[in-house]
Amino acid sequence: MSAESTMVALSEGATQAMTTTLFLIVVAITLGITVWASRNTKGAADYYAAGRNISGVQNGLAISGDYMSAASFLGISGAIALYGYDGFLYSIGFLVAWLVALLLVAELLRNSGRYTMADQLAYRMRQTPVRTAAATSTVVVSIFYLLAQMVGAGTLVALLLGVSSEGIQNLTIIGVGALMIIYVVFGGMKGTTWVQIVKAVLLMTGTVLITVLVLAKFNFNLSDLLGTAGDKYAATDAAKEAGKDAAAFLEPGLQYGATTTAKINFISLGLALVLGTAGLPHILIRFYTVPTSRDARTSVMWAIALIGTFYLMTLVLGFGAAALVEEEGQAAIVKSTGNLASPLLAEAVGGGPGSAGGAILLALISAVAFATILAVVAGLTLTSASSVAHDLYGSVFRKGEATGDEEVKVARIAALVIGAVAIGLAIPSKGLNIAFLVALAFAVAASANLPSLIYNLFWRRFNTRGATWAIYGGLVMCVGLVFFSPVVSGAETGTALFPESDWSYFPLSNPGIVSIPFGFLMGYLGTITSRDDVAEKRYNELEVRSLTGAGSEQAVVH
Amino acid sequence: MQDSEARHQTYEDIHSSADFQELRRRFRSFVVPWTVTFLSWYLLYVVMSSFAGGFMSTKVVGNINVALVFGLLQFASTFAIARIYSSYANRRLDPIAARLQRGFDEDGTR
Repeated sequence: MSAESTMVALSEGATQAMTTTLFLIVVAITLGITVWASRNTKGAADYYAAGRNISGVQNGLAISGDYMSAASFLGISGAIALYGYDGFLYSIGFLVAWLVALLLVAELLRNSGRYTMADQLAYRMRQTPVRTAAATSTVVVSIFYLLAQMVGAGTLVALLLGVSSEGIQNLTIIGVGALMIIYVVFGGMKGTTWVQIVKAVLLMTGTVLITVLVLAKFNFNLSDLLGTAGDKYAATDAAKEAGKDAAAFLEPGLQYGATTTAKINFISLGLALVLGTAGLPHILIRFYTVPTSRDARTSVMWAIALIGTFYLMTLVLGFGAAALVEEEGQAAIVKSTGNLASPLLAEAVGGGPGSAGGAILLALISAVAFATILAVVAGLTLTSASSVAHDLYGSVFRKGEATGDEEVKVARIAALVIGAVAIGLAIPSKGLNIAFLVALAFAVAASANLPSLIYNLFWRRFNTRGATWAIYGGLVMCVGLVFFSPVVSGAETGTALFPESDWSYFPLSNPGIVSIPFGFLMGYLGTITSRDDVAEKRYNELEVRSLTGAGSEQAVVH
Repeated sequence: MQDSEARHQTYEDIHSSADFQELRRRFRSFVVPWTVTFLSWYLLYVVMSSFAGGFMSTKVVGNINVALVFGLLQFASTFAIARIYSSYANRRLDPIAARLQRGFDEDGTR
């Protein structure tokens, strides 16, 4: 080691101290927001929908903060770093999906609903069955998504602190769980929104910084960056074993191209990604926080611009990590199934391991990743708690007799319970692959939620039985197929939950290609085998309301 | 607050108005073909990534191949379609929707 690098070298202890300090700053800022929000939350519309006073631009930022999860920031760049081009599919699917939300869902939902995804169905259907169904799928989707984020947080912190002890991972999961409960119980939608806005700004700033530093190393020549990444890949043992060259790293097929089953699995994943977004409950309820449907449109336009820019940068981060991270770091990336690619890339462009610049950037990017996880788990917990309080307690249990304040009280208790359940489930799920859990959440959202949302807005004949069959059918088919897939049992993937025994009768790990059409089919069959005069009669009303905003929920005036 | 029967009638009146039928026609004639277009374009990309590896790996410039250009075009088309929709909605949908909503509010407070 040269004298110069020794001078700027930092001990591992100093790095950890800096990382910890930055984490605590993130926690302090978000708790400050929560305190402010709790003082400004009066009543149900404030708690569930931030009084519908969030502007279009603010909501665009908050949507980005809600959407760009640990799976995006850590997972996609990691997938590209390990498998090259195939990881890019996630970026493209996650972005194109926003056109479904923009054209078919965002504005219509803002005009026809109040607080939850179920409101829009309950507008013309029988309350109890559709709300129970919609609340069930809301909670299931949110829990899968929550698990992914919490497992990610545990892995991230343990690896950053350089300890692989289970105790630290469990403590992190409990800590993240406790924070999300505090945000949601006290801050409601206002607190959650501003945590997400702050996170979006931090994430974009951090990502732009690293992207510019990476590109600067290659004189802003993308082709050189790709070439170096490919060459580095070709020199790895994995590449030599598989007989792959540098070009293969830049082409589709490395992860999903081996067999026809793998190719169909890839298409199935692509379908779930593009159709899942518009059915994710934690994204849908963000449209209720703006005053009008025009603002909902503005928010999606901003979200598309921010999310699109971010996903373009994941390309640079992923290939950058493959090209620039040193050998020891590469081993750590492989070990973390890719999740450490972005943090270690930050360290590499800052001057490498042991340098002051590297340590600062590593700490900074880790804190950004931590903020990312906190903002997303808050959004998910709020969504589930709102649905339990508004749909199950308010409408099903109390038949609409509950006051707003009573519902909010139940929502707060629900947030506590859901948070505790998520912690309880996350601790034994530590070994699960994060990207898989998120992909599963997207598949459930696309199979169970999207069919009924689309049918309800565009098909007069659609009715209560159609809605419940679509939701339960899509949900059960999706989760069932995963249960019988190689992800859960068998030795094929090497990472299955039960590798000892084998009941993997369904060959694909991504169920979307079967379960999404099945959800639509069940919605169709349920509808044509029953008649619901009220639902058909109220369709005109729903249509007028969703297209014009006539009679839609107004912003709260304080 | 009007009773629900009168309110329902107000919605029915708006629904049968020529203005609303025009709004509905304009909305559907935009979103249906465009949704079919971008979903097909995206699926073409996904299917070709899986089954047309040879074509997708053709080099265009330096290390940049068809697959990367195709992927980047998905970004470009998403940004473009979002812009086209937004300007269409501003020009062709919002004026009618605002007029109908004003009519509803006046009707509701009579």
